[in-house]
Amino acid sequence: MLYIFCPHCGLRSQNEFSYGGDATVKRPALNKEVSDEQWNNFVYNRKSPRGKHVELWQHISGCRQWIKVQRDTVTHEIFKTVEANKEI
Amino acid sequence: MQKYSVFSLFKNALKGHKDWQVAWKDPNPKEEYDTVIIGGGGHGLATAYYLAKEHNITNVAIIEKGWIGGGNVGRNTTILRSNYMHDENGLFYEKGMELWRNMSQELNFNVMYSPRGIINLAHSDAQMNAYARRGNSMKLNGIDATLLGREEIKKLVPILDFSENVRFPIFGGLMQPSGGTARHDAVAWGYARQADSMGVDIIQHCEVTGFDVVNGKIKGIKTSRGNIKAKKVGLCVAGSTSILAEMLNMTLPLETHLLQACVSEPIKPILDHVVTFGAGHFYCSQSDKGEMVMGGDLDGYNSYAQRGNLPTLQHVLTEGIAMLPFLSKLKMLRTWGGIMDMSMDGSPIIDKTHIEGLYLNCGWCYGGFKATPVSGWTFAHTIAQDRPHDLNVGFNLNRFNTGHLIDEKGLGTKTWIS
Repeated sequence: MLYIFCPHCGLRSQNEFSYGGDATVKRPALNKEVSDEQWNNFVYNRKSPRGKHVELWQHISGCRQWIKVQRDTVTHEIFKTVEANKEI
Repeated sequence: MQKYSVFSLFKNALKGHKDWQVAWKDPNPKEEYDTVIIGGGGHGLATAYYLAKEHNITNVAIIEKGWIGGGNVGRNTTILRSNYMHDENGLFYEKGMELWRNMSQELNFNVMYSPRGIINLAHSDAQMNAYARRGNSMKLNGIDATLLGREEIKKLVPILDFSENVRFPIFGGLMQPSGGTARHDAVAWGYARQADSMGVDIIQHCEVTGFDVVNGKIKGIKTSRGNIKAKKVGLCVAGSTSILAEMLNMTLPLETHLLQACVSEPIKPILDHVVTFGAGHFYCSQSDKGEMVMGGDLDGYNSYAQRGNLPTLQHVLTEGIAMLPFLSKLKMLRTWGGIMDMSMDGSPIIDKTHIEGLYLNCGWCYGGFKATPVSGWTFAHTIAQDRPHDLNVGFNLNRFNTGHLIDEKGLGTKTWIS
């Protein structure tokens, strides 16, 4: 069982959360020319690191807010959680 | 190589089993090979076997970080099937079914191939319609498929919950009679033994630490047991693909996720087929030892842990009990996890790369075991001929650029939604 610290609600079990994937992926800027490669990188290509991973979770059975979580993909240790609009 | 037969078993039994030859050697890596396959799992071993057998390329090494068959080929639920709708998948996996049928004879190793039939249950009229469509697509590709009604399923698998007042009543199902199971470890060992006998070096406990790429061309690999020169290198490392890709400065359309499976205590024969629950994600068969072999959803977040988390197991077994209520009385014998190379459209990648002489075999999601022979067969062709076979031409890496995705389940890129 993972225990995730929601910045809004406090420490909760993973059962209350829904996963949202890699949080470091950036959508190409709006109203600019986007190459196929940039779009491909945004939609499909992922680093999928073994170790520290910054990812999105939604506290779906709580405050329903999206948050950013820095977690180790091998040990599942959670180092830090912040609101989704903040940088880790 | 010593041939296995009832006579060799009898002869060796009389001698107290002291004279069996080793099934494969334990060589030190040579300085140079024509082809190096990274990953001594089912797919890597099968690739080396077909390189030697079909393409006469025997100066080959398999480099394995742990021991052969210790990864996903030893961690799956042993299911074989080709019940796919899209042509690329259907034709590819059906070639695999052909290879499964002859595998025990071809490898002179009993892989306990058991075509007991796989039944996907339907729990609504809409799902029956979808299965009718899938079954028809399968038949157009020459794959056997039978649409079964509720009463027909009841005759085949009476132990299922056929109550009227359940949340997901059984409406019927789609059966692939030629689907089934095989002994997963034996597949790895059978391929290893034959590949070794044809001159392939199986090098275990040897970790790849880097690649030697000069002017866009592969020259060799760096390992924990020294540098090895190679003209061609094939990657068959499933859930570890992204780690090796990072060493090559490649970012791939993959995420590594964890999938769990479990077996119950052994009981008397009760389930003759492989059965899957249609209102969620749960599959079950009974092993020859009598254990109920079960699996379902991914844990749902990026993971390299090779061990699972209890909430997912509880969720999966809740579905299992809805389908087979007697499971609630059984004790769990073992649970385990493996790491899956989840591709962004749910289909595999078997292709060349932008680096000359480097070949990629990955993206098996949670369905790699059934593909073991055909993955090796097509990957060996791709490496030997330096171009894909017709059967894997659709599984190219560039499809994510061009939009020619093979999205069998229509899930898009959210791999964690099982």
